[in-house]
Amino acid sequence: MAFTTAMACRLIGRKSVIGARSMSSWWRNVEPAPKDPILGVTEAFLADPSPDKVNVGVGAYRDDNGKPVVLECVREAERRIAGKLNMEYLPMGGSVKMVEETLKLAYGENSEFIKDKRIAAVQSLSGTGACRLFADFQKRFSPDSQIYIPVPTWANHHNIWRDAQVPQRTYHYYHPESRGLNFAALMDDIKNAPNGSFILLHACAHNPTGVDPSEEEWREISHLFKVKNHFAFFDMAYQGFASGDPERDAKSIRIFLEDGHHIGIAQSYAKNMGLYGQRVGCLSVLCENEKQAVAVKSQLQQLARPMYSNPPVHGALIVSTILGDPDLKKLWLKEVKVMADRIISMRASLRENLEKLGSPLSWKHITKQIGMFCYSGMTPEQVDRLTKEYHIYMTRNGRISMAGITTGNVGYLANAIHEVTKSA
Amino acid sequence: MDSDSVFGNVVRAPEDPILGVTVAYNKDTSPNKLNLGVGAYRTEEGKPLVLNVVRRAEQMLVNDLSRVKEYLPIVGLAEFNKLSAKLILGAESPAIQEKRVTTVQCLSGTGSLRVGGEFLSRHYHQLTIFIPSPTWGNHPKVFTLAGLSVKTYRYYDPATRGLDFHGLLEDLGAATEGSIVLLHACAHNPTGVDPTPDQWEQIRQLIRSKALLPFFDSAYQGFASGSLDADAQSVRMFVADGGECLIAQSYAKNMGLYGERVGALSIVCKTADVASRVESQLKLVIRPMYSNPPIHGASIVATILKDRDMYNEWTIELKAMADRIITMRQQLFDALSARGTPGDWSHIIKQIGMFTFTGLNSKQVAFMTKDYHIYMTSDGRISMAGLSSKTVPHLADAIHAAVARFG
Repeated sequence: MAFTTAMACRLIGRKSVIGARSMSSWWRNVEPAPKDPILGVTEAFLADPSPDKVNVGVGAYRDDNGKPVVLECVREAERRIAGKLNMEYLPMGGSVKMVEETLKLAYGENSEFIKDKRIAAVQSLSGTGACRLFADFQKRFSPDSQIYIPVPTWANHHNIWRDAQVPQRTYHYYHPESRGLNFAALMDDIKNAPNGSFILLHACAHNPTGVDPSEEEWREISHLFKVKNHFAFFDMAYQGFASGDPERDAKSIRIFLEDGHHIGIAQSYAKNMGLYGQRVGCLSVLCENEKQAVAVKSQLQQLARPMYSNPPVHGALIVSTILGDPDLKKLWLKEVKVMADRIISMRASLRENLEKLGSPLSWKHITKQIGMFCYSGMTPEQVDRLTKEYHIYMTRNGRISMAGITTGNVGYLANAIHEVTKSA
Repeated sequence: MDSDSVFGNVVRAPEDPILGVTVAYNKDTSPNKLNLGVGAYRTEEGKPLVLNVVRRAEQMLVNDLSRVKEYLPIVGLAEFNKLSAKLILGAESPAIQEKRVTTVQCLSGTGSLRVGGEFLSRHYHQLTIFIPSPTWGNHPKVFTLAGLSVKTYRYYDPATRGLDFHGLLEDLGAATEGSIVLLHACAHNPTGVDPTPDQWEQIRQLIRSKALLPFFDSAYQGFASGSLDADAQSVRMFVADGGECLIAQSYAKNMGLYGERVGALSIVCKTADVASRVESQLKLVIRPMYSNPPIHGASIVATILKDRDMYNEWTIELKAMADRIITMRQQLFDALSARGTPGDWSHIIKQIGMFTFTGLNSKQVAFMTKDYHIYMTSDGRISMAGLSSKTVPHLADAIHAAVARFG
């Protein structure tokens, strides 16, 4: 080697290179990253010693005792799976059985698209992973496209498409004054987007607002998409959780399918099967024909391989065990309805409590909105007061996770909200 | 009305060369077929293996009704992270005691490499990574998609079927200062050729003198020699000099957790403060990729690593797997010697770990697949874990015939 150590020392100005002890860190300039706004809430909550504390931050379901729930159907599936044959690698596209069952949920039990094998689908790392895979795929195969994202949306949507290097634009969605849908502005934005734009839609139970288009509004949106030849990408993280009926919650998707759109869907079992930490989901893309579906699936796998090679097997096995067994599937549907019903009753209860306290504001939106979250309309400052004075934890955009509310804390919560908003 | 698909221009991607071997194998109806493609351990009976200690851990988890399935933190299961760092660095490692190591749970080795690569492409000043030639087929794709520019350094010498040490030193010596260098911690994939401890020391000195950044891929700790500590020596040597490095760990092979996707990325930093800031930035890479890692496999690993008896049981089962592979190497070598197959086949017993780089060319490999139903990657790599005493003769026959046919 021509380069002597001494020369190297002089050139890079370090005292001793072989021991590397006096070398400074490569990472001196690394800034501390801001805390994730959503997951950071739970961290803060856990650190709070107050006995009154309430976590209505992250969207994870709690029972009426405020405890996380493992569904009975899941426990039974796990009992059957434990001691399974082996833990071999799944194919890059994941569990075929799990994907098949998952597509039925989204596209319909007897979907012609499934029969005709027109859907390119792969198991994904829950909803996040499905969105990310699609974003990477969009970048690679529609490199000039952008993604239109509703305002507001789940914060991580922005991170996902940004990291995939797909430029973002937004479209109007939430109407703060009515705490409902800004339908006219939404349609305007969709109309003004260039033909063939990629648009992200929340299939049901919009996160964070809980505001969904009505069936009629969905039909109009679908029609406009047809006129503009837009690509609809559905993020469906709450199927079953919104109304308690998975078929009903898939209505928006079914409307688009009837209208002939070739859509993409990100599905998650985090909430509706309570499989949060197992990271189970599915990305699907409806294609013109089987040949194209095969091609698209192969390319999705090419994106998955350098990210994680193949998806985790355990959660997928739980899903396919449940959905593949008629009795377990029935049990699951029952349990999903119980969760959805509890949330619906907490909405009614929170609204009732606030109205009883004589709040000057309207809280109708609490029962009009749907799904895990309620966009309360509170300001960041009011949220900060809730946290500081009442030990109530939620994201600063005023989003309340209804699943964190119980008969035990709804009164306390209503009182606190009333106190910080009554002079608003 | 069915509008034209916006993805109508998408062409079908080629099969992954490694995973595609298993696809082809599965299609073959011959009773003599042999899968020596993907590096997944098989027993003497040719069956996949779930370690007893893993089954026990799983049962414990299932029976523990207090367990829930909540989201893990973005960085994964804390206990798992601590134990993983100890496993690779040593329980007494000063780097750990000084809190200079950040460890995040990732999706097996692949996920750890990808997250590490993404972090480097955002925060490091020299975006070139040198990977050995040859290396695991997925390495270039992982780092390219992570945003790094990939170059190679000489590693394997076909003439000796061993390490091209001189070429390695030359190529790393010529690298731009600060470049990243991918090192296989042990049991190099696909060649099975590892540097000796002396050679590792020289590599370390060179890397530190050029201020190159080492990125270890540790996918076979315990699998190579049968000893977890011995197989971690290369990594520990680098960490002992006080310098920084990245380490990707996988539990796919050594705990047989393949499909559970369990691994960890550790970044050894100069100070605790730096490590903490680095960890916060790792979260920003992970969150838009999959939010947080899967809980099941990491829980199994943590259960085993933190219990002395289970840990010991694991080391015994691990050694048994490593020993069986070493036995297969010997048997294959003996079988080729017995057949008088032309050439020097001693590399089969000199190489280490799951794979042997046979030196067979793609023509010979294709012949072996067609005529003997032997499935392996076209670079001549065979997974020793896929062999048994019963199947060694068939493979030896195939190699013998291929060498005779295509010289």
